[in-house]
Amino acid sequence: MIKHAISNLNGWLAILAVVLSSSAGDVLLSRAMKQIGDLGQMRRRRGLFFVGLLIVRNRYFLLGVACMTLAFYSLLYGLSWNNVSLIGPAAASLTFVANAIAARIFLHEHVDRRRWTAALLVAAGVVLMAL
Amino acid sequence: MNLRKYLVLAGVSIFAPVGDSLLSYGMKQVGNISLRHPSQLLLAIANPWVGIGIVLLLGFFASYVTALSWADLTYVLPASSLGYVLLALIARFALHEQVSLTRWLGIALVSSGVGFVTSGPEVTRRPPRRRNQAGNVATEPS
Repeated sequence: MIKHAISNLNGWLAILAVVLSSSAGDVLLSRAMKQIGDLGQMRRRRGLFFVGLLIVRNRYFLLGVACMTLAFYSLLYGLSWNNVSLIGPAAASLTFVANAIAARIFLHEHVDRRRWTAALLVAAGVVLMAL
Repeated sequence: MNLRKYLVLAGVSIFAPVGDSLLSYGMKQVGNISLRHPSQLLLAIANPWVGIGIVLLLGFFASYVTALSWADLTYVLPASSLGYVLLALIARFALHEQVSLTRWLGIALVSSGVGFVTSGPEVTRRPPRRRNQAGNVATEPS
């Protein structure tokens, strides 16, 4: 009984860690790429090496990758405590919603009714597909 | 949106699920890895399926950051979630697995979410504020 409660608690803590670190990673990566500009156009004008150098020298990109790494290890931690059928869909669908909120607050994206609907439909769809 | 941009979004959708599947297939061949022997993790890359899986996941990351360079995060994430649908279709028609009614309903919801978001603009338009690192006018948030 207590073992089950601890396993559940650890599983949900891991889900929270995945959602927070993954959303932070996505927001940081998005900010980095908006700072750098359209990669396709830049690659044609300045070459692939120049584009690669710009990306790996951007501090938001490096922080974003660090957050993504944290999300990956949090997921592994969660999987060691609870089933993939809970951790996978819960983390994926909550990340869609958290990203919409984070993008509105930190990236000032125009998250209109269409985008909210899309995020919620995809989040619900991911849960149903994992059942 | 032009053909190049749709191809980048298709890359995000396809590379991630196929790469994950190949990694999973390869790791089942490699077998369980003990925490006492972490060097086995490095040897796992020698498995061709794991190797191809990693190359595809690198392709996913390259497509993902490329898409984020010209589209909003709240556009790219739902628009590239067709990968979930692709995985279920591969399971049904290539691997001949049974796909339940709830899963088909999930596929329908994800597809409608993708349809919703891709029918709108891909980026939040705002006046240019300053020049970016490469000297181009950036659309960086304030």
